[in-house]
Amino acid sequence: MAKGGGLVVLIVLAVLFPQVYSNPSVVNYGVFAMIFATAAVAWHVFSGNTGYISLGQAVFYGSGAYAMGIAARDWHIEGTAVFELLPLCAAVGAVIAVPFGLIALRVRRHTFIVITIAVFFIFQLMAFNFWFTGGSQGLDSPFLTWAPVPYYQNFYYIALACTAGAVIVAWLVGRSRFGLQLRAIRDDEDRARGLGVKAMRVKLSAFVMSGTITALIGGVWFYFIENVQPQTGFDPLFDLTLVLMVFLGGFGSISGAVLGALIIEPLSLWMNAQPAFTGSLSEVMLGAVFLLVVLFMPRGIVPTGGELITKLRTRGRPAVVPATTIGPLSASSGPSANSVSSGGAR
Amino acid sequence: MTALLRTEGIMKAYGGVQALNGAEIEVEEGTVAGLIGPNGSGKTTLFNVITGYERPDAGEVWFGERAITGLAPDKVFAAGIGRTFQLTRIFPRLTVIENMLIAAQAKDRPRNLLAWLGRDAWTHHRKHALELLEFVGIAGHADVLAGSLSYGQRKLLELAYVLVADPAVVLLDEPAGGVNPTLINMIADRIRLLNAEQGKTFLLVEHNMEFVMGLCSTITVLESGATVVSGPPDIVRTDKRVLDAYLGADLDEEDEPVVDGPVVDEPVSNEGNGR
Repeated sequence: MAKGGGLVVLIVLAVLFPQVYSNPSVVNYGVFAMIFATAAVAWHVFSGNTGYISLGQAVFYGSGAYAMGIAARDWHIEGTAVFELLPLCAAVGAVIAVPFGLIALRVRRHTFIVITIAVFFIFQLMAFNFWFTGGSQGLDSPFLTWAPVPYYQNFYYIALACTAGAVIVAWLVGRSRFGLQLRAIRDDEDRARGLGVKAMRVKLSAFVMSGTITALIGGVWFYFIENVQPQTGFDPLFDLTLVLMVFLGGFGSISGAVLGALIIEPLSLWMNAQPAFTGSLSEVMLGAVFLLVVLFMPRGIVPTGGELITKLRTRGRPAVVPATTIGPLSASSGPSANSVSSGGAR
Repeated sequence: MTALLRTEGIMKAYGGVQALNGAEIEVEEGTVAGLIGPNGSGKTTLFNVITGYERPDAGEVWFGERAITGLAPDKVFAAGIGRTFQLTRIFPRLTVIENMLIAAQAKDRPRNLLAWLGRDAWTHHRKHALELLEFVGIAGHADVLAGSLSYGQRKLLELAYVLVADPAVVLLDEPAGGVNPTLINMIADRIRLLNAEQGKTFLLVEHNMEFVMGLCSTITVLESGATVVSGPPDIVRTDKRVLDAYLGADLDEEDEPVVDGPVVDEPVSNEGNGR
């Protein structure tokens, strides 16, 4: 009950936010926060569940943006009709995710990460060099004739809807047999396969889901900022920011991904706007935040905070039920009990 | 009685080390069979070959009338051969009951996407899973993360979640290794019960001679990858070749003597170090 109530309050707050603070420069923060919340939840669907850290999500983000830009340019689509291209963006993400996944998912851990980065740079190079991508100039979106206040508000609601959709998908995945199989793969892929989990199929499905959502929100982002270039659409910082958001919020949970995005994105936008942090100083600060998270809160806010609340509630007495804390018979538990507490460090 | 599980002339080499050199074993249906031998004699490798974790260089594995040589692990599991590992391989960050459900899903596959994404698809497995947890005595920990179980409890969990898919044969790799005596008795008792009441067939690798001799009706002795002798405990116990190869003079001695020749650690494969 309390949990459901909290969710309702959050939704009401999210919906009312641009009505209360209608100043476009404030709503702008909200739009970016929602775009990144969607991308972070999409990251969670694959990487958070399987433990395969993808640093190639920008492939989908940029591809979604370019798909919308190219389609709108070549098919002469303008105005609000451009939003009808969003399913196309999502489909492009899905189509790219299949071969990308079939290649990258053959390997694990570090090798997987390196391959996702490599694919990412291939896409950036393609965006620079193909004849239809506009080269280093990139693409401009069609002009949208909305006045500033509704412009930001509308985009906020579109991004919010995407976030809500992504959260629902992630939640459905998490509670399903499919989600359990993903988490089994995270813990011991070979054993899961031995028990009949079709590892490749399951991983690939999650990867495609993640890519689809990311490409969709990439399209929204493109139309919002009205322009995409190879180094903004395929931005290495995009992936690092996603990972930072999820690690700060809490690796392996949807609420962690959302919370991380809602903290990091407005913070970095605000820092960018400060004269004191000109140049790339704000990015240095972002790196510092990353280090602090890894050093002091490696599991993120949500798990750490949850434990703190349990501790306060039970006032130091051993907790009765929580499955996240070590049970009463853990005295002789082996090394993998430690891996429980080091959550995201894989 | 027919042999439910049978291997013929299995060969497996790792580089220059001949881990299996014509190993043969027969497990009759409804029996508890034991597989013993010195360290490096190829017991775990033979397990890996039977369950598909390793592909043999030569030889055949028969499951009833069916040749299962070289099948993938999941196919072998689906065919009805379950196994546990020497170092237990549970899913530490899933709860105990979730571990059980992962194993249970081998039995039925959801027919459509809705069933795949839905939760109800396997609530009916939950009851059976809980019964098995009850049977091995860890039902009280059903909602605890499996990683927080003690080593012995993990062995019990692994046994339970192999059983949840109702395999015809269960291969146990050192079920009593590193487990306290009370729990060893408990595990032996459960195996005996499953064998007596359900006629479940077992094949187990174990160094604890008391455990093996007390439980198994047939014992096969491996040495340097080849079968030395196979038979009831009383015969194996007194066989000269076995005494020479493995057991030493005193059967109650649990520490086996150092064996001459190339003693290698048994290759524990598939530890997830990428491919």
